Amino acid sequence: MSEIRFVDVAMRFPTRRGEVRALEQISLTVPDGQFACIVGPSGCGKSTLLNVAAGLVTPTEGEVLVDGKLADSPGPDRGMVFQSYSLYPWLSVQRNIEFGLEVKGTPKPERTRQSSELIRLMKLDGFAEAYPKALSGGMKQRVAIARALANDPQVLLMDEPFGALDALTRQIMQELLTDLWQRYRKTVLFVTHDIDEAIFLGDVIYIMTNRPGRIRTTLAVDLPRPRTFDMVGGSRFAELRSQVVGVIHEESMKAVESELARA
Amino acid sequence: MSERVPVTQAALARPPGGQRRRRGLLRTYLTPKQAIPRRIVFGLGIGSFVVILASWSLASVLINSDLFAPSPARVWTSWVDMILHRSFLSDVGWSSFRIIGGFLIAAVMAVPLGLLMGSFEVVRSFFQPPINFIRYMPASAFIPLLILLIGLDENEKLIVIWIGVFFQLVLMVMDIAHRVPDEMLNVAYTLGASRWKVFYKVFLPATFPEVVDALRITMGWAWTYLIVAEIVSAERGIGSFILVSERYLRSDRIIAAIITIGILGLITDAVIAAIHRRAFPYVEKVHA
Repeated sequence: MSEIRFVDVAMRFPTRRGEVRALEQISLTVPDGQFACIVGPSGCGKSTLLNVAAGLVTPTEGEVLVDGKLADSPGPDRGMVFQSYSLYPWLSVQRNIEFGLEVKGTPKPERTRQSSELIRLMKLDGFAEAYPKALSGGMKQRVAIARALANDPQVLLMDEPFGALDALTRQIMQELLTDLWQRYRKTVLFVTHDIDEAIFLGDVIYIMTNRPGRIRTTLAVDLPRPRTFDMVGGSRFAELRSQVVGVIHEESMKAVESELARA
Repeated sequence: MSERVPVTQAALARPPGGQRRRRGLLRTYLTPKQAIPRRIVFGLGIGSFVVILASWSLASVLINSDLFAPSPARVWTSWVDMILHRSFLSDVGWSSFRIIGGFLIAAVMAVPLGLLMGSFEVVRSFFQPPINFIRYMPASAFIPLLILLIGLDENEKLIVIWIGVFFQLVLMVMDIAHRVPDEMLNVAYTLGASRWKVFYKVFLPATFPEVVDALRITMGWAWTYLIVAEIVSAERGIGSFILVSERYLRSDRIIAAIITIGILGLITDAVIAAIHRRAFPYVEKVHA
Protein backbone atom coordinates (compact mmCIF):
# COMPACT_ATOMS: atom_id res chain seq x y z
CA MET A 1 0.00 0.00 0.00
CA SER A 2 1.63 3.22 -1.09
CA GLU A 3 -0.46 6.18 -2.03
CA ILE A 4 0.57 9.76 -2.60
CA ARG A 5 -1.72 12.54 -1.47
CA PHE A 6 -1.58 16.27 -2.15
CA VAL A 7 -3.39 18.33 0.48
CA ASP A 8 -4.24 21.92 -0.53
CA VAL A 9 -0.87 22.49 -2.15
CA ALA A 10 -0.16 26.01 -3.33
CA MET A 11 3.04 27.37 -4.74
CA ARG A 12 3.92 31.02 -5.18
CA PHE A 13 7.21 32.49 -6.37
CA PRO A 14 8.22 36.04 -5.63
CA THR A 15 9.60 37.77 -8.73
CA ARG A 16 10.56 41.31 -9.56
CA ARG A 17 7.21 41.89 -11.22
CA GLY A 18 5.27 40.66 -8.25
CA GLU A 19 4.22 37.25 -7.09
CA VAL A 20 3.73 34.41 -9.55
CA ARG A 21 1.11 31.91 -8.51
CA ALA A 22 2.25 28.62 -9.98
CA LEU A 23 -0.06 26.22 -8.18
CA GLU A 24 -3.30 26.80 -6.35
CA GLN A 25 -5.43 24.47 -4.23
CA ILE A 26 -4.09 21.21 -5.52
CA SER A 27 -5.70 18.32 -3.70
CA LEU A 28 -5.53 14.88 -5.20
CA THR A 29 -4.81 11.34 -4.16
CA VAL A 30 -3.12 8.72 -6.26
CA PRO A 31 -4.03 5.40 -4.67
CA ASP A 32 -1.71 2.43 -4.48
CA GLY A 33 -0.74 1.03 -7.87
CA GLN A 34 -2.52 3.69 -9.90
CA PHE A 35 -1.00 5.25 -13.00
CA ALA A 36 -2.01 8.90 -12.86
CA CYS A 37 -1.22 11.34 -15.65
CA ILE A 38 -1.16 15.09 -15.37
CA VAL A 39 -1.64 17.08 -18.56
CA GLY A 40 -2.00 20.76 -19.10
CA PRO A 41 -0.81 23.70 -21.19
CA SER A 42 2.87 24.50 -20.98
CA GLY A 43 3.80 26.67 -18.05
CA CYS A 44 0.82 25.49 -15.98
CA GLY A 45 3.00 24.24 -13.16
CA LYS A 46 2.93 20.49 -13.94
CA SER A 47 6.63 20.13 -13.32
CA THR A 48 6.46 22.23 -10.17
CA LEU A 49 3.80 19.87 -8.89
CA LEU A 50 6.11 16.94 -9.47
CA ASN A 51 9.03 18.68 -7.81
CA VAL A 52 6.82 19.34 -4.80
CA ALA A 53 5.96 15.63 -4.71
CA ALA A 54 9.63 14.73 -4.92
CA GLY A 55 10.36 17.07 -2.02
CA LEU A 56 12.76 19.09 -4.15
CA VAL A 57 10.81 22.29 -3.54
CA THR A 58 8.73 23.20 -0.52
CA PRO A 59 5.19 24.33 -1.29
CA THR A 60 4.07 27.70 -0.01
CA GLU A 61 0.97 26.08 1.44
CA GLY A 62 -0.24 22.56 1.97
CA GLU A 63 1.64 19.31 2.07
CA VAL A 64 2.34 16.05 0.30
CA LEU A 65 1.87 12.76 2.11
CA VAL A 66 3.19 9.39 1.06
CA ASP A 67 1.30 6.69 2.98
CA GLY A 68 0.29 9.36 5.43
CA LYS A 69 3.85 10.44 6.11
CA LEU A 70 4.87 14.00 5.35
CA ALA A 71 7.13 14.10 2.28
CA ASP A 72 8.91 17.42 2.71
CA SER A 73 12.36 16.38 1.55
CA PRO A 74 13.54 14.10 -1.23
CA GLY A 75 13.88 10.44 -0.41
CA PRO A 76 14.32 7.06 -2.06
CA ASP A 77 10.62 6.28 -1.57
CA ARG A 78 9.84 8.65 -4.46
CA GLY A 79 11.93 7.89 -7.54
CA MET A 80 12.11 10.52 -10.23
CA VAL A 81 12.72 10.42 -13.97
CA PHE A 82 13.44 13.67 -15.82
CA GLN A 83 13.05 14.55 -19.47
CA SER A 84 16.76 15.32 -19.69
CA TYR A 85 17.71 11.74 -18.61
CA SER A 86 20.28 13.21 -16.18
CA LEU A 87 22.47 10.13 -16.29
CA TYR A 88 25.91 10.35 -14.77
CA PRO A 89 28.25 10.45 -17.77
CA TRP A 90 31.23 9.14 -15.77
CA LEU A 91 29.43 5.94 -14.72
CA SER A 92 28.75 2.94 -16.92
CA VAL A 93 25.17 1.94 -17.65
CA GLN A 94 25.36 -0.70 -14.94
CA ARG A 95 26.77 1.66 -12.33
CA ASN A 96 24.22 4.32 -13.22
CA ILE A 97 21.47 1.81 -12.54
CA GLU A 98 23.13 0.74 -9.30
CA PHE A 99 23.61 4.29 -8.05
CA GLY A 100 20.73 4.26 -5.57
CA LEU A 101 21.66 0.81 -4.29
CA GLU A 102 25.26 1.86 -3.85
CA VAL A 103 24.18 4.93 -1.87
CA LYS A 104 22.03 2.69 0.28
CA GLY A 105 24.98 0.37 0.93
CA THR A 106 23.55 -2.72 -0.77
CA PRO A 107 26.28 -5.38 -1.06
CA LYS A 108 27.82 -5.78 -4.49
CA PRO A 109 26.49 -9.23 -5.45
CA GLU A 110 22.95 -8.09 -4.75
CA ARG A 111 23.50 -4.87 -6.71
CA THR A 112 24.82 -6.79 -9.68
CA ARG A 113 21.90 -9.22 -9.54
CA GLN A 114 19.35 -6.40 -9.60
CA SER A 115 21.07 -4.32 -12.24
CA SER A 116 21.54 -7.24 -14.61
CA GLU A 117 17.88 -8.11 -14.27
CA LEU A 118 16.89 -4.54 -15.09
CA ILE A 119 19.36 -4.40 -17.97
CA ARG A 120 17.67 -7.45 -19.47
CA LEU A 121 14.19 -6.10 -18.80
CA MET A 122 15.04 -2.73 -20.34
CA LYS A 123 16.57 -4.36 -23.42
CA LEU A 124 19.98 -2.89 -22.70
CA ASP A 125 21.82 -6.21 -23.04
CA GLY A 126 25.42 -5.75 -24.11
CA PHE A 127 25.53 -2.14 -22.91
CA ALA A 128 26.23 -2.74 -19.22
CA GLU A 129 29.77 -1.44 -19.50
CA ALA A 130 28.99 1.36 -21.97
CA TYR A 131 29.11 5.01 -20.99
CA PRO A 132 25.97 7.10 -21.55
CA LYS A 133 27.62 8.97 -24.43
CA ALA A 134 27.36 5.79 -26.51
CA LEU A 135 23.58 5.51 -26.05
CA SER A 136 20.65 6.83 -28.07
CA GLY A 137 18.04 9.02 -26.40
CA GLY A 138 15.63 6.12 -25.93
CA MET A 139 18.33 3.96 -24.39
CA LYS A 140 19.40 6.76 -22.06
CA GLN A 141 15.86 7.12 -20.82
CA ARG A 142 15.59 3.35 -20.31
CA VAL A 143 18.70 3.55 -18.13
CA ALA A 144 17.17 6.44 -16.20
CA ILE A 145 13.96 4.47 -15.62
CA ALA A 146 15.95 1.40 -14.59
CA ARG A 147 17.94 3.55 -12.19
CA ALA A 148 14.72 4.77 -10.57
CA LEU A 149 13.22 1.25 -10.44
CA ALA A 150 16.36 -0.34 -8.99
CA ASN A 151 15.71 1.60 -5.82
CA ASP A 152 12.26 0.01 -5.53
CA PRO A 153 10.48 3.33 -4.82
CA GLN A 154 6.93 3.41 -3.53
CA VAL A 155 6.00 6.13 -5.98
CA LEU A 156 7.49 6.83 -9.40
CA LEU A 157 7.44 10.47 -10.48
CA MET A 158 7.99 11.05 -14.19
CA ASP A 159 8.44 14.53 -15.65
CA GLU A 160 7.76 14.38 -19.40
CA PRO A 161 10.21 11.49 -19.65
CA PHE A 162 9.65 10.91 -23.36
CA GLY A 163 9.38 14.57 -24.35
CA ALA A 164 12.80 14.69 -25.99
CA LEU A 165 12.38 11.49 -28.01
CA ASP A 166 11.28 11.15 -31.62
CA ALA A 167 7.74 9.92 -32.27
CA LEU A 168 8.69 6.30 -33.07
CA THR A 169 10.97 5.88 -30.08
CA ARG A 170 8.35 7.48 -27.88
CA GLN A 171 5.76 4.86 -28.89
CA ILE A 172 8.15 2.05 -28.10
CA MET A 173 8.97 3.59 -24.75
CA GLN A 174 5.28 3.99 -23.93
CA GLU A 175 4.69 0.31 -24.62
CA LEU A 176 7.71 -0.64 -22.55
CA LEU A 177 6.51 1.53 -19.67
CA THR A 178 3.00 0.13 -19.69
CA ASP A 179 4.49 -3.40 -19.63
CA LEU A 180 6.72 -2.44 -16.75
CA TRP A 181 3.81 -0.99 -14.85
CA GLN A 182 1.85 -4.18 -15.47
CA ARG A 183 4.75 -6.05 -13.90
CA TYR A 184 5.64 -3.85 -10.92
CA ARG A 185 2.31 -2.10 -10.24
CA LYS A 186 4.00 0.99 -8.89
CA THR A 187 2.07 4.11 -8.04
CA VAL A 188 3.00 6.46 -10.87
CA LEU A 189 2.55 10.19 -11.27
CA PHE A 190 3.32 11.02 -14.89
CA VAL A 191 3.47 14.55 -16.26
CA THR A 192 3.12 15.07 -20.01
CA HIS A 193 1.70 17.45 -22.57
CA ASP A 194 1.11 14.60 -25.02
CA ILE A 195 -2.58 13.75 -24.80
CA ASP A 196 -2.33 10.37 -26.54
CA GLU A 197 0.46 9.41 -24.21
CA ALA A 198 -1.65 10.27 -21.16
CA ILE A 199 -4.62 8.26 -22.42
CA PHE A 200 -2.51 5.29 -23.45
CA LEU A 201 -0.67 5.06 -20.14
CA GLY A 202 -3.00 6.42 -17.48
CA ASP A 203 -5.74 5.05 -15.28
CA VAL A 204 -6.75 8.58 -14.59
CA ILE A 205 -5.92 11.92 -16.18
CA TYR A 206 -5.77 15.18 -14.28
CA ILE A 207 -6.12 18.15 -16.56
CA MET A 208 -4.59 21.30 -15.16
CA THR A 209 -5.63 24.87 -15.77
CA ASN A 210 -3.48 27.66 -17.01
CA ARG A 211 -1.49 29.51 -14.37
CA PRO A 212 -2.19 29.48 -11.52
CA GLY A 213 -2.31 25.73 -12.02
CA ARG A 214 -5.35 24.04 -10.57
CA ILE A 215 -6.83 20.63 -11.26
CA ARG A 216 -9.62 21.49 -13.63
CA THR A 217 -10.94 18.09 -14.66
CA THR A 218 -10.36 14.53 -13.59
CA LEU A 219 -10.97 11.91 -16.22
CA ALA A 220 -10.98 8.16 -15.64
CA VAL A 221 -9.51 6.22 -18.54
CA ASP A 222 -11.67 3.14 -18.88
CA LEU A 223 -9.60 1.39 -21.53
CA PRO A 224 -8.92 -2.22 -20.58
CA ARG A 225 -5.53 -3.42 -19.38
CA PRO A 226 -3.07 -4.57 -20.44
CA ARG A 227 -2.93 -1.75 -22.95
CA THR A 228 -1.72 -2.44 -26.46
CA PHE A 229 -0.95 -0.05 -29.20
CA ASP A 230 -3.88 -0.98 -31.42
CA MET A 231 -6.15 0.70 -28.85
CA VAL A 232 -4.85 4.07 -29.98
CA GLY A 233 -6.85 3.66 -33.18
CA GLY A 234 -10.03 2.57 -31.35
CA SER A 235 -13.21 4.59 -31.00
CA ARG A 236 -13.13 4.79 -27.18
CA PHE A 237 -9.62 6.21 -27.44
CA ALA A 238 -10.84 8.82 -29.92
CA GLU A 239 -13.69 9.84 -27.59
CA LEU A 240 -11.37 10.25 -24.65
CA ARG A 241 -8.95 12.20 -26.81
CA SER A 242 -11.58 14.68 -27.96
CA GLN A 243 -12.68 15.22 -24.36
CA VAL A 244 -9.16 16.00 -23.24
CA VAL A 245 -8.39 18.09 -26.31
CA GLY A 246 -11.52 20.18 -25.71
CA VAL A 247 -10.56 21.05 -22.15
CA ILE A 248 -6.91 21.67 -22.96
CA HIS A 249 -7.74 23.84 -25.93
CA GLU A 250 -9.91 26.06 -23.78
CA GLU A 251 -7.10 26.38 -21.27
CA SER A 252 -4.48 27.10 -23.90
CA MET A 253 -6.65 29.85 -25.33
CA LYS A 254 -6.90 31.39 -21.87
CA ALA A 255 -3.14 31.20 -21.59
CA VAL A 256 -2.68 33.05 -24.89
CA GLU A 257 -5.23 35.68 -23.88
CA SER A 258 -3.64 36.32 -20.51
CA GLU A 259 -0.25 36.66 -22.20
CA LEU A 260 -1.72 39.19 -24.60
CA ALA A 261 -3.35 41.06 -21.74
CA ARG A 262 -0.01 41.27 -19.96
CA ALA A 263 1.82 42.53 -23.04
CA MET B 1 28.83 13.82 -43.80
CA SER B 2 30.34 14.46 -47.16
CA GLU B 3 27.27 15.66 -49.04
CA ARG B 4 25.70 18.88 -47.86
CA VAL B 5 24.01 19.78 -51.11
CA PRO B 6 20.48 18.38 -51.36
CA VAL B 7 20.53 15.24 -53.47
CA THR B 8 18.02 16.43 -56.03
CA GLN B 9 19.81 19.69 -56.63
CA ALA B 10 23.18 17.98 -56.93
CA ALA B 11 21.76 15.49 -59.40
CA LEU B 12 20.33 18.25 -61.57
CA ALA B 13 23.56 20.18 -61.62
CA ARG B 14 25.41 17.24 -63.12
CA PRO B 15 25.02 15.86 -66.61
CA PRO B 16 23.91 12.24 -66.58
CA GLY B 17 26.60 9.68 -67.26
CA GLY B 18 30.27 10.27 -66.52
CA GLN B 19 32.02 12.15 -63.70
CA ARG B 20 29.37 11.35 -61.16
CA ARG B 21 31.39 11.63 -57.96
CA ARG B 22 33.58 14.56 -58.91
CA ARG B 23 32.80 17.91 -57.46
CA GLY B 24 34.47 21.23 -58.10
CA LEU B 25 37.53 22.14 -56.05
CA LEU B 26 35.77 25.23 -54.76
CA ARG B 27 32.81 23.25 -53.56
CA THR B 28 35.00 20.63 -51.93
CA TYR B 29 37.29 22.97 -50.06
CA LEU B 30 35.34 26.17 -49.56
CA THR B 31 31.94 25.07 -48.36
CA PRO B 32 31.56 26.56 -44.87
CA LYS B 33 32.11 24.02 -42.08
CA GLN B 34 32.48 21.18 -44.59
CA ALA B 35 35.04 18.55 -43.56
CA ILE B 36 38.03 18.07 -45.86
CA PRO B 37 40.14 14.91 -46.28
CA ARG B 38 42.44 14.15 -43.35
CA ARG B 39 45.65 14.12 -45.35
CA ILE B 40 44.82 17.62 -46.61
CA VAL B 41 44.32 18.77 -43.01
CA PHE B 42 47.69 17.30 -42.13
CA GLY B 43 49.40 18.72 -45.20
CA LEU B 44 48.06 22.24 -44.58
CA GLY B 45 49.26 22.08 -40.97
CA ILE B 46 52.79 21.17 -42.04
CA GLY B 47 52.57 23.64 -44.91
CA SER B 48 52.03 26.62 -42.60
CA PHE B 49 55.34 25.84 -40.85
CA VAL B 50 57.08 25.49 -44.20
CA VAL B 51 55.74 28.88 -45.27
CA ILE B 52 56.89 30.50 -42.02
CA LEU B 53 60.37 29.00 -42.27
CA ALA B 54 60.67 29.93 -45.94
CA SER B 55 59.65 33.56 -45.45
CA TRP B 56 61.93 33.78 -42.42
CA SER B 57 64.88 32.44 -44.46
CA LEU B 58 64.08 34.76 -47.33
CA ALA B 59 63.88 37.75 -45.00
CA SER B 60 67.22 36.89 -43.41
CA VAL B 61 68.84 36.61 -46.85
CA LEU B 62 67.38 39.94 -47.98
CA ILE B 63 68.09 41.87 -44.80
CA ASN B 64 71.42 40.14 -44.32
CA SER B 65 71.97 41.16 -40.72
CA ASP B 66 72.59 38.73 -37.86
CA LEU B 67 71.16 41.24 -35.44
CA PHE B 68 67.93 42.21 -37.22
CA ALA B 69 67.20 38.96 -39.03
CA PRO B 70 69.15 35.94 -37.86
CA SER B 71 68.51 33.01 -40.19
CA PRO B 72 66.72 29.83 -39.03
CA ALA B 73 70.01 27.97 -39.37
CA ARG B 74 71.81 30.45 -37.15
CA VAL B 75 69.06 30.25 -34.50
CA TRP B 76 69.33 26.47 -34.62
CA THR B 77 73.13 26.52 -34.12
CA SER B 78 72.76 29.02 -31.28
CA TRP B 79 70.16 26.82 -29.68
CA VAL B 80 72.47 23.81 -29.76
CA ASP B 81 75.29 26.00 -28.45
CA MET B 82 73.04 27.35 -25.67
CA ILE B 83 72.24 23.86 -24.52
CA LEU B 84 75.78 22.51 -24.77
CA HIS B 85 77.84 25.46 -23.55
CA ARG B 86 75.62 28.12 -21.98
CA SER B 87 73.80 25.90 -19.45
CA PHE B 88 70.51 26.96 -21.01
CA LEU B 89 68.89 23.77 -19.74
CA SER B 90 69.53 24.89 -16.19
CA ASP B 91 67.62 28.10 -16.99
CA VAL B 92 64.82 26.01 -18.45
CA GLY B 93 64.87 23.95 -15.28
CA TRP B 94 64.60 27.02 -13.06
CA SER B 95 61.72 28.44 -15.06
CA SER B 96 59.90 25.10 -15.12
CA PHE B 97 60.37 24.72 -11.38
CA ARG B 98 58.87 28.17 -10.78
CA ILE B 99 55.99 27.52 -13.15
CA ILE B 100 55.13 24.20 -11.58
CA GLY B 101 55.50 25.56 -8.05
CA GLY B 102 53.51 28.74 -8.59
CA PHE B 103 50.91 27.00 -10.66
CA LEU B 104 50.40 24.18 -8.17
CA ILE B 105 50.00 26.59 -5.27
CA ALA B 106 47.48 28.63 -7.26
CA ALA B 107 45.57 25.55 -8.45
CA VAL B 108 45.43 23.94 -5.01
CA MET B 109 43.86 27.12 -3.67
CA ALA B 110 41.73 28.13 -6.65
CA VAL B 111 40.01 24.83 -7.46
CA PRO B 112 38.45 24.20 -4.02
CA LEU B 113 37.48 27.84 -3.59
CA GLY B 114 36.00 27.95 -7.10
CA LEU B 115 33.98 24.80 -6.45
CA LEU B 116 32.68 26.24 -3.19
CA MET B 117 31.81 29.53 -4.87
CA GLY B 118 29.99 27.69 -7.64
CA SER B 119 27.90 25.68 -5.23
CA PHE B 120 27.22 27.97 -2.29
CA GLU B 121 25.77 31.38 -2.85
CA VAL B 122 27.06 32.45 0.56
CA VAL B 123 30.64 31.82 -0.48
CA ARG B 124 30.15 33.30 -3.94
CA SER B 125 28.59 36.54 -2.68
CA PHE B 126 31.51 37.05 -0.32
CA PHE B 127 34.45 36.26 -2.62
CA GLN B 128 33.30 37.17 -6.11
CA PRO B 129 33.34 40.99 -5.94
CA PRO B 130 36.99 41.37 -4.83
CA ILE B 131 38.21 38.56 -7.11
CA ASN B 132 36.42 40.05 -10.08
CA PHE B 133 38.09 43.36 -9.29
CA ILE B 134 41.60 42.03 -8.76
CA ARG B 135 41.53 39.90 -11.87
CA TYR B 136 41.59 43.04 -13.99
CA MET B 137 44.85 44.10 -12.38
CA PRO B 138 47.67 42.70 -14.52
CA ALA B 139 49.94 40.36 -12.56
CA SER B 140 52.98 42.04 -14.11
CA ALA B 141 52.00 45.37 -12.55
CA PHE B 142 52.50 43.81 -9.13
CA ILE B 143 56.15 42.93 -9.82
CA PRO B 144 57.72 46.24 -8.63
CA LEU B 145 55.53 46.20 -5.55
CA LEU B 146 56.49 42.62 -4.75
CA ILE B 147 60.18 43.39 -5.22
CA LEU B 148 59.77 46.29 -2.81
CA LEU B 149 57.94 44.20 -0.24
CA ILE B 150 59.66 40.82 -0.39
CA GLY B 151 62.76 41.29 -2.49
CA LEU B 152 64.13 39.36 -5.43
CA ASP B 153 63.98 35.79 -4.17
CA GLU B 154 61.96 32.85 -5.47
CA ASN B 155 58.90 33.83 -3.46
CA GLU B 156 58.51 36.90 -5.60
CA LYS B 157 58.29 34.80 -8.82
CA LEU B 158 55.92 32.32 -7.28
CA ILE B 159 53.63 35.09 -6.09
CA VAL B 160 53.57 36.73 -9.52
CA ILE B 161 52.49 33.44 -11.09
CA TRP B 162 50.03 32.93 -8.28
CA ILE B 163 48.43 36.34 -8.86
CA GLY B 164 48.26 35.69 -12.59
CA VAL B 165 46.69 32.26 -12.28
CA PHE B 166 44.69 32.20 -9.07
CA PHE B 167 42.13 34.92 -9.73
CA GLN B 168 41.36 33.76 -13.27
CA LEU B 169 41.20 30.11 -12.34
CA VAL B 170 38.88 30.67 -9.39
CA LEU B 171 36.30 32.31 -11.61
CA MET B 172 36.61 29.66 -14.33
CA VAL B 173 36.14 26.85 -11.81
CA MET B 174 33.24 28.72 -10.25
CA ASP B 175 31.49 28.87 -13.61
CA ILE B 176 32.11 25.18 -14.20
CA ALA B 177 30.64 24.30 -10.81
CA HIS B 178 27.73 26.61 -11.40
CA ARG B 179 26.91 24.89 -14.70
CA VAL B 180 26.44 21.42 -13.18
CA PRO B 181 22.78 20.76 -14.00
CA ASP B 182 20.46 20.90 -10.98
CA GLU B 183 18.65 17.83 -12.23
CA MET B 184 21.81 15.76 -11.95
CA LEU B 185 21.92 16.58 -8.25
CA ASN B 186 18.16 16.28 -7.79
CA VAL B 187 18.14 12.77 -9.23
CA ALA B 188 20.73 11.77 -6.64
CA TYR B 189 18.56 13.16 -3.84
CA THR B 190 15.54 11.21 -5.07
CA LEU B 191 17.75 8.10 -5.12
CA GLY B 192 18.36 8.57 -1.43
CA ALA B 193 21.77 10.26 -1.44
CA SER B 194 22.61 12.57 1.44
CA ARG B 195 23.89 16.08 0.73
CA TRP B 196 27.44 14.96 1.41
CA LYS B 197 27.11 12.00 -0.98
CA VAL B 198 25.57 14.22 -3.63
CA PHE B 199 28.57 16.48 -3.24
CA TYR B 200 31.34 13.92 -3.66
CA LYS B 201 29.60 11.27 -5.74
CA VAL B 202 27.85 13.59 -8.21
CA PHE B 203 28.89 17.21 -7.96
CA LEU B 204 32.67 16.69 -7.86
CA PRO B 205 32.93 14.10 -10.64
CA ALA B 206 30.63 16.25 -12.78
CA THR B 207 33.15 19.11 -12.63
CA PHE B 208 36.44 17.18 -13.03
CA PRO B 209 36.88 17.09 -16.84
CA GLU B 210 36.23 20.79 -17.27
CA VAL B 211 38.42 21.69 -14.30
CA VAL B 212 41.33 19.90 -15.96
CA ASP B 213 40.59 21.87 -19.14
CA ALA B 214 40.68 25.09 -17.15
CA LEU B 215 44.03 24.09 -15.63
CA ARG B 216 45.38 23.50 -19.10
CA ILE B 217 44.35 26.94 -20.29
CA THR B 218 45.65 28.83 -17.25
CA MET B 219 48.95 26.92 -17.38
CA GLY B 220 49.68 28.76 -20.63
CA TRP B 221 49.08 32.13 -19.00
CA ALA B 222 51.44 31.24 -16.18
CA TRP B 223 54.36 31.23 -18.65
CA THR B 224 53.67 34.81 -19.70
CA TYR B 225 53.75 36.12 -16.15
CA LEU B 226 56.84 34.15 -15.25
CA ILE B 227 58.90 35.40 -18.17
CA VAL B 228 57.97 39.00 -17.36
CA ALA B 229 58.96 38.45 -13.74
CA GLU B 230 62.26 36.89 -14.78
CA ILE B 231 63.07 39.65 -17.24
CA VAL B 232 62.51 42.24 -14.55
CA SER B 233 64.54 40.54 -11.89
CA ALA B 234 66.20 37.17 -11.93
CA GLU B 235 69.62 35.59 -11.87
CA ARG B 236 68.46 32.45 -13.62
CA GLY B 237 65.59 31.32 -15.80
CA ILE B 238 64.62 31.69 -19.44
CA GLY B 239 63.51 35.27 -18.88
CA SER B 240 66.84 36.34 -17.46
CA PHE B 241 68.62 34.48 -20.26
CA ILE B 242 66.61 36.55 -22.73
CA LEU B 243 67.56 39.77 -20.93
CA VAL B 244 71.27 38.90 -20.92
CA SER B 245 71.11 37.99 -24.62
CA GLU B 246 69.62 41.38 -25.34
CA ARG B 247 72.58 43.10 -23.66
CA TYR B 248 74.92 41.20 -25.97
CA LEU B 249 72.75 41.96 -29.01
CA ARG B 250 72.12 38.25 -29.58
CA SER B 251 68.66 38.24 -31.19
CA ASP B 252 69.32 34.67 -32.38
CA ARG B 253 69.51 33.47 -28.78
CA ILE B 254 66.40 35.41 -27.83
CA ILE B 255 64.46 33.80 -30.66
CA ALA B 256 65.78 30.35 -29.73
CA ALA B 257 64.69 30.93 -26.11
CA ILE B 258 61.22 32.08 -27.14
CA ILE B 259 60.80 29.04 -29.39
CA THR B 260 61.87 26.85 -26.46
CA ILE B 261 59.04 28.29 -24.36
CA GLY B 262 56.63 27.50 -27.19
CA ILE B 263 57.84 23.92 -27.29
CA LEU B 264 57.56 23.57 -23.50
CA GLY B 265 54.03 24.88 -23.77
CA LEU B 266 53.15 22.36 -26.45
CA ILE B 267 54.59 19.52 -24.37
CA THR B 268 52.67 20.51 -21.22
CA ASP B 269 49.51 20.85 -23.27
CA ALA B 270 49.96 17.43 -24.85
CA VAL B 271 50.66 15.83 -21.46
CA ILE B 272 47.55 17.34 -19.86
CA ALA B 273 45.46 16.42 -22.93
CA ALA B 274 46.70 12.82 -22.69
CA ILE B 275 45.87 12.69 -18.98
CA HIS B 276 42.44 14.08 -19.82
CA ARG B 277 41.80 11.33 -22.37
CA ARG B 278 42.94 8.60 -20.00
CA ALA B 279 41.13 9.91 -16.94
CA PHE B 280 37.85 10.90 -18.59
CA PRO B 281 37.13 8.41 -21.39
CA TYR B 282 33.42 9.12 -20.98
CA VAL B 283 33.54 12.75 -22.10
CA GLU B 284 31.84 13.37 -25.42
CA LYS B 285 34.35 14.64 -27.94
CA VAL B 286 33.25 17.96 -29.36
CA HIS B 287 35.66 17.56 -32.30
CA ALA B 288 39.30 18.34 -31.74
